[in-house]
Amino acid sequence: MRLLNRSAGRISRHRRGPVAGLVVLLFGLLLTGGLYTVLDTAFVPAQADEQTMSDEELVAEGRELFLVGCSSCHGQNAEGLATVREGQVKGPSLVGVGAAAVDFQVGTGRMPMARPEQQAPRKGVVYNEEEIAAMAAYVASLAPGPAIPSEEDYSLEGLSEEEREEAIVRGGQIFLTNCTACHNFNGSGGAMPRGGYAPNLKGVEDRYIYEALLTGPQAMPNFSNGNLSPEAKRDVIAYLNTIEDQPEYGGFGMGGLGPVSEGLFAWLLGIGGLVGFAVWIAAHTTRTTRTPHLEEGAEA
Amino acid sequence: MIEPGNDDAIAPGHDRSLAVREEPIANPGLPAHQWRPTDVDERLEKRAERQVAAMFVLSMICGVLFVVAYFTLEIGDNFDTFIGLGASTVALGLTLGGALLFIGIGIIQWARKLMGDQEIVEMRHPAASSAEDREATLAALSLGAEESGIGRRPLVRNTLLGSLGLLGLPAVVLLRDLGPSNAEVANEEEGTGLQHTIWKPGMRLVRDVLGTPIKASEIEIGDLVNAAPEALFPTEENGYEEIEGVPLQVQKAKGAIIIVKMEPDEIKPGKGREDWTIDGVICYSKICTHVGCPISLYERTTHHVLCPCHQSTFDLADSAKVVFGPAHRPLPQLPLAVDSEGYLIAQSDFTEPVGASYWEREKQK
Repeated sequence: MRLLNRSAGRISRHRRGPVAGLVVLLFGLLLTGGLYTVLDTAFVPAQADEQTMSDEELVAEGRELFLVGCSSCHGQNAEGLATVREGQVKGPSLVGVGAAAVDFQVGTGRMPMARPEQQAPRKGVVYNEEEIAAMAAYVASLAPGPAIPSEEDYSLEGLSEEEREEAIVRGGQIFLTNCTACHNFNGSGGAMPRGGYAPNLKGVEDRYIYEALLTGPQAMPNFSNGNLSPEAKRDVIAYLNTIEDQPEYGGFGMGGLGPVSEGLFAWLLGIGGLVGFAVWIAAHTTRTTRTPHLEEGAEA
Repeated sequence: MIEPGNDDAIAPGHDRSLAVREEPIANPGLPAHQWRPTDVDERLEKRAERQVAAMFVLSMICGVLFVVAYFTLEIGDNFDTFIGLGASTVALGLTLGGALLFIGIGIIQWARKLMGDQEIVEMRHPAASSAEDREATLAALSLGAEESGIGRRPLVRNTLLGSLGLLGLPAVVLLRDLGPSNAEVANEEEGTGLQHTIWKPGMRLVRDVLGTPIKASEIEIGDLVNAAPEALFPTEENGYEEIEGVPLQVQKAKGAIIIVKMEPDEIKPGKGREDWTIDGVICYSKICTHVGCPISLYERTTHHVLCPCHQSTFDLADSAKVVFGPAHRPLPQLPLAVDSEGYLIAQSDFTEPVGASYWEREKQK
């Protein structure tokens, strides 16, 4: 409060009430926010009109967005900045990462990063779809790289029921061989060295799983098409979708983390509850000042 | 009964009257017993009795309900009846839990309200039997030894001891046969199973589970391939012999590999391993050298692979040297080559035993 009042005092030395600074600050915030909302809504239709942009225009717009939002870490030409912190390059080169990487990183809100940290978490998406497409087009124009997969790549449409089941079973085997080491047998994710983590795969859109496999975000290895064929990737996604829909027959799954969460539950809640119950039993025994009648006293 | 025991506990020659005189504060004895309401009021006593009986009856009801729930509720059809939990699961858990819990509550209520709870002092008494008993037992034992002649007949005694000792042998043989011997692990003829795997010069590397060969040119930087020897996926084309059962499991466990590709100049090739990689594609055993867990927890940014069992960490760019954890030796590296069709093949078997260390490991080289 004192700090706020002092800055307000510079604006008007003559009359400063005890809450003047706060009021000025709130007014300023309100004005900025209001203006932003008005301008934002005013501009959206304008952007929608630009649908029929040529590829060159799209790349040019993507470059504009890139220069504003990404170049401070990735360099003005996406060549990367050799800033090494804790042994890791903080702004890697984006030459050759392809449109899929941009669509994954920006589309899931991982980029732009809020702050330099061990791993970019999934968060609110900053750019709209057209802007992401433009940036993806710009990065894809730098060097060949994996393209954004289309829906046919990861859907089981057009397969017979039997083929679908085969695909899901095969996908499960591929998942258990290639993915469970980090992402857990249930796709629930897990801890990685130096504060990193393999994220939970439940509820992640098919497209982003496919793109993550293609591009290997952050510390994750790639599963390029030469490594796991597009059909194998499709099968893995089909398997992940089935385990997501699977009911928990045995009761609460507790995150599907295996013995860690179950053990914690048993030790803290189960045994803790029993100890509390035992203490409560032993703590309560009412006594009286009266003594039994003579005939009852014989029994005691 | 208590007093004599106390007497015995005092060491001989110790003056008992002196010990009593030296007691600084007189023993105040036990405080007067405080009675419970159920001890003094017959009405309350009856009520407690009914409470205990009610608990036992509740337990009976729960037991019956458990049987009813077991036969009436289908598990498959209603798996999310109560807040995402199956009706059958919830009903069985609650009723069986209740049946046990109410017995417990009933017994505790019984003990707290009705069973006598007056403090009783019971003095310690010596654990030894009386002098007569001890003498009689000793006499019986020496009589037995005398009559059986175990001291006089060393031949009988020694052969008995020998036969008892030899009973251990059948146990050793049976336990030994519970698992495969070292020789049986792979190579029965030479008895050097732990040293060798199924990898042979020219054998293709195939994707695990799928069994498809891997083109060196199609692997990209940052890729991790969980792979296996082609001989485990026999087809008519590749002509490998079908193996199954325990030998298959053994070969699967020993032959598993991980292939990664990194920038070729990031690899620090080990001595004599300069031509073991193909343009940044490098291959190691998947079996941790600590206690043999399969590992594929790979970080492309650091080229480290981490064992989930005990956190041993290996640097794949530097001959899989141990950078952290309890493992003592690097992962064995598989020398790679490319065949005429561009598929990855092994130059030879691993040059050292895969998996956990064992006593003869160094000797067998």
